[in-house]
Amino acid sequence: MSERDMSEQNSSERHGSDSDNEHLTGKDEQQPTEAELAEMSRDEKVRLGLAQDDVELVEYPDPWPVKGTRAERRAERAVAAWFSLAGFSALAFIGVFVFWPWRYVNPLADEQGHFLYSLYNPLIGFFLGLSILSVGIGAILYSKKFMPHEVAVQQRHDGHGSSELDRQTAAAELADAGSRSTIARRSMIKRTAGFGAGAFGLGTGVLVLGGMVKNPWAETGPDSLNHTGWMQSGDEKVYLRRNTGNAHEVSLVRAQDLTPGGFETVFPFRESERGNEEALLHALRRSDNPVMLIRLRPGDSPVERKGQEDFNYGDYYAYSKICTHLGCPTSLYETQTGRLLCPCHQSQFDVANSYAKPVFGPATRALPQLPITVDEEGYFVAKSDFIEPIGPAYWERNS
Amino acid sequence: MSSITTPTKSESAVYRAASKQADEVDKRLQIAPGLRKQFNKVFPTHWSFLLGEVALYTFILLLLTGTYLAFFFDPSMAEVQYQGAYTNLRGIEMSRAFASTLDISFEVRGGMFARQVHHWAALLFMASIVAHMLRIFFTGAFRRPRETNWMIGILLFILGMFEGFTGYSLPDDLLSGTGVRIASGITMSVPVVGTWIHWILFGGEFPGTELIPRFYMMHIFLLPGIILGLIAVHLALVWYQKHTQFPGVRRKESNVVGVRILPVFATKGGGFFAIVTGVTAIMGGIFQINPIWHLGPYNASQVSAASQPDWYMIWTDGSSRLWPSWEVYLWGEYTIPAVFFPTALFMGLIFTVALAYPLIERKLTGDDAHHNLLQRPRDVPVRTSLGAMALTFFSVLMISGVNDIVAFKFDISLNAMTWIGRIGLLIAPPIAYYITYRLCIGLQKSDREVLEHGLETGIIKRLPHGEFVEVHQPLGPVDEHGHPEELEYQGAPVPKKMNKLGAAGKPVEGGWLKPDPSGETAALDAAREEEHVAAGEHEEIPESEASERGELVGGKARQPEE
Ligand code: HEM
Ligand code: FES
Repeated sequence: MSERDMSEQNSSERHGSDSDNEHLTGKDEQQPTEAELAEMSRDEKVRLGLAQDDVELVEYPDPWPVKGTRAERRAERAVAAWFSLAGFSALAFIGVFVFWPWRYVNPLADEQGHFLYSLYNPLIGFFLGLSILSVGIGAILYSKKFMPHEVAVQQRHDGHGSSELDRQTAAAELADAGSRSTIARRSMIKRTAGFGAGAFGLGTGVLVLGGMVKNPWAETGPDSLNHTGWMQSGDEKVYLRRNTGNAHEVSLVRAQDLTPGGFETVFPFRESERGNEEALLHALRRSDNPVMLIRLRPGDSPVERKGQEDFNYGDYYAYSKICTHLGCPTSLYETQTGRLLCPCHQSQFDVANSYAKPVFGPATRALPQLPITVDEEGYFVAKSDFIEPIGPAYWERNS
Repeated sequence: MSSITTPTKSESAVYRAASKQADEVDKRLQIAPGLRKQFNKVFPTHWSFLLGEVALYTFILLLLTGTYLAFFFDPSMAEVQYQGAYTNLRGIEMSRAFASTLDISFEVRGGMFARQVHHWAALLFMASIVAHMLRIFFTGAFRRPRETNWMIGILLFILGMFEGFTGYSLPDDLLSGTGVRIASGITMSVPVVGTWIHWILFGGEFPGTELIPRFYMMHIFLLPGIILGLIAVHLALVWYQKHTQFPGVRRKESNVVGVRILPVFATKGGGFFAIVTGVTAIMGGIFQINPIWHLGPYNASQVSAASQPDWYMIWTDGSSRLWPSWEVYLWGEYTIPAVFFPTALFMGLIFTVALAYPLIERKLTGDDAHHNLLQRPRDVPVRTSLGAMALTFFSVLMISGVNDIVAFKFDISLNAMTWIGRIGLLIAPPIAYYITYRLCIGLQKSDREVLEHGLETGIIKRLPHGEFVEVHQPLGPVDEHGHPEELEYQGAPVPKKMNKLGAAGKPVEGGWLKPDPSGETAALDAAREEEHVAAGEHEEIPESEASERGELVGGKARQPEE
């Protein structure tokens, strides 16, 4: 860079990048010498600085032009009061945080202890919040009462971004860089470079996703979309089991356990799982296991679905509890109307008059029915897995 | 200009020391010109320009509280038996994620507070983004040259939505687990690739054991990182393109009228940050939010009534509830499930339209001029009405998202609520359009009325021939009969009441117990008035503009005249 270049760059920096040539020269005239600068007062320099950035302070009043008025002293006290409040409430926060009983106390064991505990969080929140809030109010109040209510006007200089000189020289340099590197006419290099970089990008994508992509259709057992935890392995019996709240307890379901109009949520159980804590817990947790076992009221005679006429056992019908809309449990059973209601989007399935067909709301398909019967000891067992996928639909589901 | 017109040549020792320090820094970094330019930046002031600031401040709070939570939270789906301080849940099997959230709430001193502040800040963050977006939309601030910033804003909203969703899913409680179950169903509904995407995200069938760790990684690293980057670009653009302003006294397309960064803007900004922090902290202390110990751990066979997501997601829940049971079967082999339309497809459409709105409006109006002056909503009736229409549309969706609660509280049939939503979604928006359009025109007319005839004073006068007329206060010059000359409509606010011109006087200055001596008050008033006048004289106003200014500021309270 020659010396001339340097000095030019310096001067344009001083004016900021958005100044165009014309007003560059305009301002150069006002440029004070070093000696003049030394002579200037701070106010003069402030105004000079503002002018450099094209700012004019149209109003810059002293908020208290008469000194020592009561109003001014009052304003000062108000600001100071807020800052002091901030300090005191921060101290209060520390006090409460350290000394207040903060450990959870069960209200049934000790009502008063629980009451004190329940104040802990509100108190620390209130005092800490009040502290910083007061700092904020004090600062705003200060700016309103004691800072000049300035009105500054700044010129934007936009409209057409940069100066003609800047734009044309920049464009020329870009074009020059392109043509001097001769890349424009070397198409073999361009193509191979594109190929190299592109293939590398693809490789990176493969690296990132490769570890995560799994074929949803590789699995064929209970963990596939087509099957559930009710899937039979060999000819081991799959019982219907209820959740007693204790994940390790096995409580099987008999026909006499349900009154007419009653229902229960059941899960699969196999004798081989007895004593296996993990398997017992897992059975209650799998998302495709929950089934609603419903005992209809006498007189209800639902239309059976073709091919599923023998899936029920007398008045007992078992349907997947997983909504065919988006998979929430269809938990609310209204005995009067015989409808199962899903609380998520209010799909309603009619079990009293049909095979749990959707009768209202966004769900489109009936709840899949689990074929059940009763074994020689009187326990409910599943005759097989569901004969269709349960839960929300997907592209590959054919129906 | 009094404070900078009094020359003070000799500087204090502190000033000299400070400037020496600054000099040393400048010798190394040469920052003086750049720095001066930055703090000389002028920002216009208007309350609505604070909405974006609230979003920024709450985001900072989220970063701070979130980092604190991450010290204790364990994003693991391994099952454990809870034996902690919260006695009601002892012995229950739950994921580590849920258990560690309980530990944050009950066993970390102040941990509950941090959680609640984090959650409230998240809700405020999204609320301020939406409010900010509405301000931008209704004032036309997205017009050229600021289209890019509009799009970044929409992206921030979308990312914020997913950031919030991944966040509230982390504790793995019954409510959020239901949300994840629904997200899983939505993912699977995507044609062709749905199941594959589901297997990428969940690593298998719902729920699997991989989701919470993945959400965690997105929630504390990936999404906040992208959000932070976009916020940086967003603010850089505001800085670089300079803020828009409403039309008014002195304000032109070519300037910015307001306060400089130093001292006023920075002080107010800092103060406002403190206030936002204080309010959020008080909310986090006093108002309980997401008490996961009442909900219990997630379990696929359980759900409670009134399961609603956080508010910024509710509209998607509403659309899922309203969509009828329509789905598409292809070649007897494939299904496009009903849920795909009101969720994935619908969200995609809404986001696309929102992103493209500035371009759509530019195409339709042919306006591709450079704009720095904002518009008042009433002055752009079509856009304002479109906005009202969109708001109504989303309101219907949000009400439908909680329609079970509405049905329960107001004793309305649930099915009726669904139908009200379905029909309302189609007919309420056009009605909103029509009403808003008429309101805009009416508001414009009432402004014109004042500009033509002056302000109504409420004084009725009987003319010699018996006619009664209301006396009007002119805002500008009057003709030889004393009738106001018609003023030009400029899309700026006009006074509508005599009190706006000072007709009501002002309250007496003083403390709580006694007023200030009237002499003091009068002296202050006089001195301030003098400053104001001096500033006015000092200002150089070009000929052409002087008259325009007269119109906008002219009209100190005068006696009504005929
Ligand atoms: C835009 C930004 C953010 C939003 C909208 C957001 C939102 C949320 C929400 C709604 C929750 C649930 C809180 C609850 O339990 O009730 C949450 C949890 C959490 N967030 Fe964030 N968050 C954000 C940023 C962050 C950041 C930057 C971090 C960490 C660096 C973080 C860390 C966490 C952690 C560890 C949890 C789980 C702890 C718990 O649930 O108690 N968040 N987030
Ligand atoms: S999940 Fe049951 S209605 Fe949507």
